[in-house]
Amino acid sequence: MIRYLARRAGHGLLMLFGVSILLFLLFQAAPGDFLSEMKMNSQISPETITMLRAQYGLDQPLPERYWRWLKSSARGDFGYSFAYNTPASTLLWPRARNTLLLSVPALLISWLIAVPLGVLAAGWKGRWADRLFSGGTSALLALPDVLIALLALLVALKTGMFPVGGMTSINAQDQGTWAWLRDLGWHMVLPVAALVVGSLTIILRHVRASVIEVLESSYMRAAEGHGLPRFKLLFGYALPAAANPLISLFGLSVAMLLSVSLLIEVVMSWPGIGPLLLESILARDLFVVIGAVMLSTVFLIAGNLLGDVLLYAFDPRIRRQA
Amino acid sequence: MNPQNSGRDSDSSLRSEFHTKFRLSWPIWFLVAVHAVIVLAGFVAPYSFETQEREHPYAPPTRLHFVDCAGKVHFRPFVYVTKAAENALDEYQQDCSQRAGIEFFPQGDRYTILGTFSSTRHLFGVPAPANLFLMGTDGFGRDQFSRLLYGGQVSLFAGFVAAVFSAFTGLLLGGIAGMYGGRLDDAAMRFAEVFITIPWFYLLIAVRAFLPLQISPVTAFLLVVSVIGIVGWSRPARLVRGVILSARERNFVLAARGFGASNTYLLRRHLMPLTFRVLLTQMVVLIPQFILAEVILSFLGLGIGEPFPSWGNMLAQAQQYHVLVSYWWMLLPGLAPVPVFLAYHSLAETLQERIKSNI
Repeated sequence: MIRYLARRAGHGLLMLFGVSILLFLLFQAAPGDFLSEMKMNSQISPETITMLRAQYGLDQPLPERYWRWLKSSARGDFGYSFAYNTPASTLLWPRARNTLLLSVPALLISWLIAVPLGVLAAGWKGRWADRLFSGGTSALLALPDVLIALLALLVALKTGMFPVGGMTSINAQDQGTWAWLRDLGWHMVLPVAALVVGSLTIILRHVRASVIEVLESSYMRAAEGHGLPRFKLLFGYALPAAANPLISLFGLSVAMLLSVSLLIEVVMSWPGIGPLLLESILARDLFVVIGAVMLSTVFLIAGNLLGDVLLYAFDPRIRRQA
Repeated sequence: MNPQNSGRDSDSSLRSEFHTKFRLSWPIWFLVAVHAVIVLAGFVAPYSFETQEREHPYAPPTRLHFVDCAGKVHFRPFVYVTKAAENALDEYQQDCSQRAGIEFFPQGDRYTILGTFSSTRHLFGVPAPANLFLMGTDGFGRDQFSRLLYGGQVSLFAGFVAAVFSAFTGLLLGGIAGMYGGRLDDAAMRFAEVFITIPWFYLLIAVRAFLPLQISPVTAFLLVVSVIGIVGWSRPARLVRGVILSARERNFVLAARGFGASNTYLLRRHLMPLTFRVLLTQMVVLIPQFILAEVILSFLGLGIGEPFPSWGNMLAQAQQYHVLVSYWWMLLPGLAPVPVFLAYHSLAETLQERIKSNI
């Protein structure tokens, strides 16, 4: 178990290195940075900019800069934000927490809805309920995520039942922990709902497809022939047999969710990584860009690792391999 | 299986054959039609994408009438001239005294199709002072319907060109990796994996982040296309590599090698043609993703900029709360890709089933 996990984690770490190198190569190709934007400002002398450049180490060659960034990451700083004049981590951590606050509940809810519904749809294959279901998921799949986010925002604005934008009301902190938590929860409802709608369909379709594949096997027909009740057949026999590809899908669903989350955060002004990324791109605050992308990759790798653990727990074949 | 069904077997197989053919053909014809309309946007759209009717900001979709104010029925559909209400900027009143029938092939703004054919005749329109805003107007009084068609030129073709680009890169890199194997293969596949490890939107935006922000629309289009293409090369590359790895050991390839064929010749003549089906299917999967990518980049202000329309930057206007609440037609650019995506998805599904059943 430990060896298997260590191998997967090591692989993830290696990937993380690869991602950071890729980002630095792109960084190198970037025309201009935060400081070159400063040149436009006549109040800042060229000498100051040269000095700042030296101070931030931007005049160094690429390997040296990468090494410095690695060292600063090891310290937990992840480079430096030019725009906010702080280590990038002080910007990144709260945003990362907020993004997790949206995506973890959304991930759980999506799976909790998708698995039973997908199994039922597989059981109804070919009947009108399944047709309706397939049509619905196709339509939902074709709906751009941006539109889903905008529609959620529209619901908030039209009904007035939900707060618009942000994470908490301005004075929420003063009213005690419970009131604050309730306020936070109320702010979370629509973004999480939009996120679930945006990521549910693909999981649903995969659940349905893999359960259908299992249902067509001969051992399922044998179980059916023994007169097992339909419900037990579906959830007791078919679902565990179909679990392997579904757990592999878990990592993929994390990736998808993070991508959709970026859009929803931007549209619904949720202070997560997404808006920070966009803001730092427009300000050319490139270390923050790198940090934000690295963070999203860390989440994705963590999701994949969790998927590996689940797979290990569920599938005896993997245990024998490892 | 079921004895009761055996009598109907030939009938149902006939029907299913028709069914598969239909499932393959409707998305293709639909997509051909949509792309034709989009290419001919200048002709089909009643206005140009930058014509501003300053008197009509946020005008709702113009109502088509058959029955006039007096209750008389007309054969030719018509519109009434609308005027902004006295004390509100975005409320419009119909003027019952000024009626304008829809005309076919009227004169209008000059447009060019594919950079060669230039004309001023449009498919339909109404004579001034009446306006025909089928999907309303935006804040500058520009016709949303016309902009939607022109925007399709950007959005649909950005997706298409980017998919061709990444399929080609995938073919090249995946082909080389699969053919030569060893270190080269390892390096290429690890590199591909790095691209897959980053969440897709984040990668897309990150790659965009390191490129210049203020650029001309044509450069922006090329930039967006190449960013999307760069970000998406890894999946086709992996698929191509898989096909080539298995095909490399097939007898006719071994025979050709025995006759002294070089690796390049084998790749070009024998192996790459085998990847065609997989690659085509992958392209059909990728195109809607890439169209969406363009829409999102432009939506976030990182893609095609004003005054040129794209479905993304048109939808971006709906981010303002008052626009979102008051002018529902500003959300239509977000619905525009839906039928196109449905067609692509359905096509991809059918193609994937075919590949599966042929193995």
